[in-house]
Amino acid sequence: MLMLIRGGRVIDPGKLDGIMDILIEDGKIVEVRDQGSGFRGQGSEVKVIDASGKIVTPGLIDMHVHFREPGHEYKETIKTGCKAAAFGGFTAVCTMPNTNPVNDNSQVTEYILKKAGLADMVRVYPIAAISPGLKGKGLCEYGELKEAGAVAVSDDGNPVTDSRLMRRALEYAKGFGLPIISHCEVLDLVANGVMNEGAVATRMGLGGIPNAAESIMVMRDIALCELTEAALHIAHVSTIESVRAIRDAKNRGVCVTAETAPHYFTLTEDAVEGYNTNAKMNPPLRSGHDRDAVLEGLSDGTIDVIATDHAPHSSIEKDVEFDLAANGIIGLETSVALGLKLVENNVITITDLIAKMSTNPARILGLEQGIKKGKPADITIIDPDITYKVDAAGFQSLSRNTPFDGWDMKGRAVLTMVGGKVVFER
Amino acid sequence: MVFAKKDILDMESLSVDEITLILNVAKQMKEISKRPVKKVPTLRGKTIVLFFHEPSTRTRTSFDIAAKRLSADSVSISGSASSLIKGETLVDTARNLEAMNPDVIVMRHSMAGASHMLAKIVKTSIINAGDGMHAHPTQSLLDLMTVMEHKGRISGLRIAIIGDISHSRVARSNIIGFTKMGADVVLSGPPTMIPKGVETLGASVTYNVNNAVCNADVVIMLRIQKERQKGLLFPTEREYAKVYGLTMERMKDAKKDMLIMHPGPVNRGVEIVPEVADGPYSIIIDQVTNGVAVRMALLYLTAGGMHNVDAD
Repeated sequence: MLMLIRGGRVIDPGKLDGIMDILIEDGKIVEVRDQGSGFRGQGSEVKVIDASGKIVTPGLIDMHVHFREPGHEYKETIKTGCKAAAFGGFTAVCTMPNTNPVNDNSQVTEYILKKAGLADMVRVYPIAAISPGLKGKGLCEYGELKEAGAVAVSDDGNPVTDSRLMRRALEYAKGFGLPIISHCEVLDLVANGVMNEGAVATRMGLGGIPNAAESIMVMRDIALCELTEAALHIAHVSTIESVRAIRDAKNRGVCVTAETAPHYFTLTEDAVEGYNTNAKMNPPLRSGHDRDAVLEGLSDGTIDVIATDHAPHSSIEKDVEFDLAANGIIGLETSVALGLKLVENNVITITDLIAKMSTNPARILGLEQGIKKGKPADITIIDPDITYKVDAAGFQSLSRNTPFDGWDMKGRAVLTMVGGKVVFER
Repeated sequence: MVFAKKDILDMESLSVDEITLILNVAKQMKEISKRPVKKVPTLRGKTIVLFFHEPSTRTRTSFDIAAKRLSADSVSISGSASSLIKGETLVDTARNLEAMNPDVIVMRHSMAGASHMLAKIVKTSIINAGDGMHAHPTQSLLDLMTVMEHKGRISGLRIAIIGDISHSRVARSNIIGFTKMGADVVLSGPPTMIPKGVETLGASVTYNVNNAVCNADVVIMLRIQKERQKGLLFPTEREYAKVYGLTMERMKDAKKDMLIMHPGPVNRGVEIVPEVADGPYSIIIDQVTNGVAVRMALLYLTAGGMHNVDAD
């Protein structure tokens, strides 16, 4: 069957921007034309999707999510995670390996892909562990993991403290074209910290985490990236020092890329007030000064990617003393709207936003992407004008741990198409 | 004035009027403790739960005596005896306690924000008897009462707090309590023990203890915990005592009517030498006496002994 996405503003960063029609057949894009210029075979057989007034983009990719399967299915399964992704406008997600068992071998990778196949919604690209059990003691079998379907390696949640291991991981992964995604954290400096170090933590009597706990590791990894000339991607950038270090490295031509999450460019440590465990994450929400630096990094291209670090937790982990609460929040179903706020506030253009949520992650991970004849029809349609209130109770995710519940938003995904199949439509 | 607070959680949430009222009621309560028969029927039929999730002797005993002097029934639950070690969450324990209809839950917990969390969940009044590094409002109130007794005022006094400010809920509550009542608060100790951004609470900082002591009207010494040595906050007790301890030598430059306080328990020879702790400046024992009075006042006000109190 033929499908026609008609009259939307089609944006494929650096390639297309205009009111266009897209013709899809057998899951692939067969033609992209200026609006109304006519297609072959147009007639009764064509399903028409009216996209007028909407933005049509290459499918969004969230390259940093935690689906809790296997191991903690009460928080999120691959199926519910995929539904949340589709609802949020994502056609693909990359799942972090800190499941139980850890995705440090090809059997777990295959299990994840099998479950993703059964869910049959969005594309799931597993990220495998750097070290067995995320313990930071040796290398996983990157060759076999890549063959099984892993697109990158990361010990996310844990830093790779051993610098020699990090060096070898970068070198070894380079042989397979796998980027290393680094969770930058110096545990000795975190100690008993549970939120950003500063006046708010001092007043609340909570242990503080200094910026240096992140930036020192960012700087180390950049140095190792220069040494090894391997592909390094810095996860969840939250501090001004990290942004500066990455900017300097890029200016020197180092092969480093970086992501931040919507909460780091939207919120500050003030959100912790009242011991709000839905504002507890790692790295922690930082000062306004840091948030401004992250915004600047997004604006000038230092930060390539917006990824949610979608981290589902149930009330068992969150309705407890702040010190005991698990780190992380869910993000798949609020990311587009928070990203659009950046566009509204003139931090970045809509084209930049789409690049950071779609084509940049695709480039970093070597995935096929784009609105072009012959490509798989992975497409997101965004209504940038629709206004609504976030209602976490209505989320597709199994978890509700979001600090954005009840927020007034403008803009959201209204249709998500994966391989020509509509997996979500509002 | 009507005392409308359900909970006593920290000094931030108490107004100057409320603090003044509590201190006035405490003054009246102190009289009760001086009688031959130290008991009034005011809170007869009221139930006070002393929920101590962290070890405490002084504060728990003080609350227990306070409750008994007002004829309330008090029940003690300690961390080791409670269901918490059996895996029950704090929220569940709190809901179970609430279901037994106590009038006040006095709570001590090792983690900041625990009593705030409880106060949001249960309808019972919560009195925070110390939550992690965050707050210890009853200590601050008894310190205010003690200074008031000796100086007749708080406003305009210079209060020095010396020691491990970072880990001290007493310091946090006193910075807020004393500045709110019009005093100047200066903090001193090694920089490793001065938390980032503490000036935003209204205190000034000096790393030279002599500077803190020489103009002070009141010095509050904080307990140095030996385990902090492992946290690399100071090298040895010997050096701490020498550089930051309250010694006879340091007292030479002090004002002649300077008062010395300590929330206890005192580490003799570390933060304070015995001669100073037991000397004429010391009002450490008065603090303990006033602790009972302040806690009687708070139980009285929160358990609804009287809704309208004259705040002369």
